[in-house]
Amino acid sequence: MEEDFKVIENYLMVRMPEELDHHKSVAIRETADRMILREDVKNIVFDFEDTRFMDSSGIGVIMGRYKTIHCLGGQVFAIHADGQIKRILRMSGLKGIIEVLD
Amino acid sequence: MEKKKNEMKIEFDARSENEGFARVAVAAFMSSLDPTLEEIADVKTAVSEAVTNSIIHGYEEQEGKVYIVCEMTGDVLQVSVEDQGKGIPDIEKAMEPLYTTKPEMDRSGMGFSFMEAFMDHLEVASEVGKGTRIEMWKKIGTTPWLGEEE
Ligand SMILES: Nc1ncnc2c1ncn2[C@@H]1O[C@H](COP(=O)(O)OP(=O)(O)OP(=O)(O)O)[C@@H](O)[C@H]1O
Ligand SMILES: [Mg+2]
Repeated sequence: MEEDFKVIENYLMVRMPEELDHHKSVAIRETADRMILREDVKNIVFDFEDTRFMDSSGIGVIMGRYKTIHCLGGQVFAIHADGQIKRILRMSGLKGIIEVLD
Repeated sequence: MEKKKNEMKIEFDARSENEGFARVAVAAFMSSLDPTLEEIADVKTAVSEAVTNSIIHGYEEQEGKVYIVCEMTGDVLQVSVEDQGKGIPDIEKAMEPLYTTKPEMDRSGMGFSFMEAFMDHLEVASEVGKGTRIEMWKKIGTTPWLGEEE
């Protein structure tokens, strides 16, 4: 789990799991929040390279972190999202508040 | 010609580790209808939303059982997800986009919106103290692949 989280400069890089559902989201939330507090994190990058499934639990993970990062004056990025993930991001309205890059 | 019917039922403990199993079981069951990748993703997401709701809202992560019944009639898939949990006091309100009773758990209130968007039809029956049943229908194998419109 910890190896999926890396801090580079003031960016927290999070490697998202293959299936991002409620079951998986709990530990990601906790670890990300711990690292945002502990390390000198201002921005967060969610990497969806390995992710083939995401439901509203994933939206909650991103939205919750966005609130903290936004307060810190930072930015949230989503990278390597496939068609299914992008569709969910768009429908939730998240696409308007975070940066979705390829 | 009479439409052939095919049915499957599963019952499992309301534990988060069963969420993956539940959506994969439904996806595997519908495979004989030759669904597109997008249709499979749609159904998996809808099932995941309903099952997750039973676990976190219906049973509030306490013990309980979740029941799934799937039926294929012709090219129509019907899925029902049921719990005997606490029930929904105001269904109309619960179905509003962004409405959630668990914001502290990082829920976003998108579950019902996704179920409605990804399936053709949705019905919710619920009684406080008794439980909730979500019934969803989707016609498979007829929607053309639209891909990602930017
Ligand atoms: N099976 C259920 N039993 C009891 N209450 C439910 C059930 N399903 C949904 N609800 C209620 O309906 C509300 C809306 O559900 P919905 O799935 O749309 O959003 P959410 O679960 O709160 O957030 P998200 O799905 O985005 O993580 C829930 O917050 C809950 O109060
Ligand atoms: Mg939900």
